[in-house]
Amino acid sequence: MSRAETSHAAASRAETSRAEATVLRTGRRPQTAAGFLALFRNELHLTFRRLRTKVLLGILAVLPVLIGVVVKLNTDSPHEGGGGPSFIAQTTQNGLFLVFTALAVALPVFLPMTVGVVAGDSVAGEAATGTLRYLLVAPAGRTRLLAAKFTAGLVFCLAATAAVAVAALATGAALFPLGEVTLLSGDTIGLADALLRAVLVAGVVAVSLAGLVAIGLFVSTLTGSGIAAMAATVGLVITVQILDAFPQLDAIRPFLFTHYWLSFSDLLREPMYWDGVLKDLGLQAAYVAVFGSAAWARFTSRDISA
Amino acid sequence: MIRTRGLTKRFRGGQLAVDGLDLSVPRGSVFGFLGPNGSGKTTTIRMLMGLIAPTSGTATVLGESMPQSVATVLPRVGALIEGPALYGFLSGRDNLVRFDAADPTADPRTRRQRVETALERVGLGAAAGKKARAYSLGMKQRLGLASALLQPRELLVLDEPTNGLDPQGMREIRALVREVAAEGTTVFLSSHLLDEIEQVCTHAAVMSRGRLVVQGTVAELAARAQGRLVVRTPDVARAAEVLAAHRVTGLVPGEERVDGELGGPGDEALPELCAALVAAGVRVHGFGLERGTLEDAFVALTGEGFDVAG
Repeated sequence: MSRAETSHAAASRAETSRAEATVLRTGRRPQTAAGFLALFRNELHLTFRRLRTKVLLGILAVLPVLIGVVVKLNTDSPHEGGGGPSFIAQTTQNGLFLVFTALAVALPVFLPMTVGVVAGDSVAGEAATGTLRYLLVAPAGRTRLLAAKFTAGLVFCLAATAAVAVAALATGAALFPLGEVTLLSGDTIGLADALLRAVLVAGVVAVSLAGLVAIGLFVSTLTGSGIAAMAATVGLVITVQILDAFPQLDAIRPFLFTHYWLSFSDLLREPMYWDGVLKDLGLQAAYVAVFGSAAWARFTSRDISA
Repeated sequence: MIRTRGLTKRFRGGQLAVDGLDLSVPRGSVFGFLGPNGSGKTTTIRMLMGLIAPTSGTATVLGESMPQSVATVLPRVGALIEGPALYGFLSGRDNLVRFDAADPTADPRTRRQRVETALERVGLGAAAGKKARAYSLGMKQRLGLASALLQPRELLVLDEPTNGLDPQGMREIRALVREVAAEGTTVFLSSHLLDEIEQVCTHAAVMSRGRLVVQGTVAELAARAQGRLVVRTPDVARAAEVLAAHRVTGLVPGEERVDGELGGPGDEALPELCAALVAAGVRVHGFGLERGTLEDAFVALTGEGFDVAG
């Protein structure tokens, strides 16, 4: 083999390996499970690193403390405050009941407000700052991004409910005696059993906000303004609750997503009465399906020009 | 690399943003996409990146049609679209981590390292831990570029990458573009700055009011602009007379200067022309040909000034 041929062969080999390197470097990469899930993890990070999220959770945690202090002061003072939710009277006997009281107070207003803020802003906020276009050209995939947003919304529901429940438990334990719990049905169960029920109730409360997350996500895909989406979602929660208060609207009330929210108190009977809770969960599933699909249909076909 | 056929976008208001665009970007080129603000450049880029759907026509990027093949094409494309957009409450580094996590083909194990490399490459290594809201516009622009460089890319789409940068920053970004292009990445660079295109691009296309005016190599385009003869002299009127007598056309007398098209006689006539001017007593302070620029070509092609918004 002549020298020229050798060097030619070497050159062509070098050429080939360089070409291979280029292909390896820039060619089509496979999608991996870890890569796919990275966005979900990152979305959680993003949600909970935000100052806004921390403030919302902080407010939710302060609420049971306020209730606890007010109840304590009221029972210390001589005159009896009439009426009030049935849980509040029990709270003075057992601090654990503050968990149920706080959840019952937070569920109609405070919890949905915070969830509305987080879910409403999820897509619209990114559209407003322009980060949405960079996520989509990354490419996040529209369905995947929406799923990540929805998951983060659900986790926020859990965190929000936990913030109320844990703060309530701590406050209740500090201000009132803990011990055997007398249920709404009159039966008495041990503290450990009662704690389990508290966890169950908190779980049900968190899941019953799922429908709202889907609604917020849908509203969020409609607009390019985070504030507008948050306001619309929170406004919707309030409107629906007002509608739910009209007996004249009996025909539609069972279909309002807030209608069965307070049915969690049925779990504080012996035996547990699941009827309302199951209806609630079914209704939430229906809302997730309907508004989730609507959000998907809207988001996957929308022009992103922000 | 990029090919469009009759690509058209009409917005809901009825405004025709892009009108029947036939664009062809060769592999390995640095392609300048030129046009005044509002001429449809960004809308075209958004269609190429699958962000908005075309009203009619087709676009293929890396040989696959968009927006259908977004998932397989875009991991191989880095993009900076209409300025950077960042999470102000995250550090520069965490912004990149987020954008990288959005790509399902990106390997989480190499993420940290790729992010650091990209930060170093755009000169943000020292500021990587700072919250992005504290960044200057130039730093944001660099961070946007870094996110386009998180992976080795086959195509880099840069929409006005030097916007908001100081001259030093502009030079650095242009050097970076040349470097990336030298590695074999095709660069699609939109700009309204003609000298930017002339400095870095091999090919260019010019858009005006949603339509493609021309495309080709930068040399071809600049050649379309004829060189003009420029005479600097205090004796403007006398010089114009002499030039007219020597068949120089399109004379424009100005402040202490006359310029015109050399036309027929060509370059060989220059010494003779100069001698004739001197012989006629014209005090010649300067005499020469000004080479055609892309700007002249643009004005010749569109018949409008470059800063006119479409």
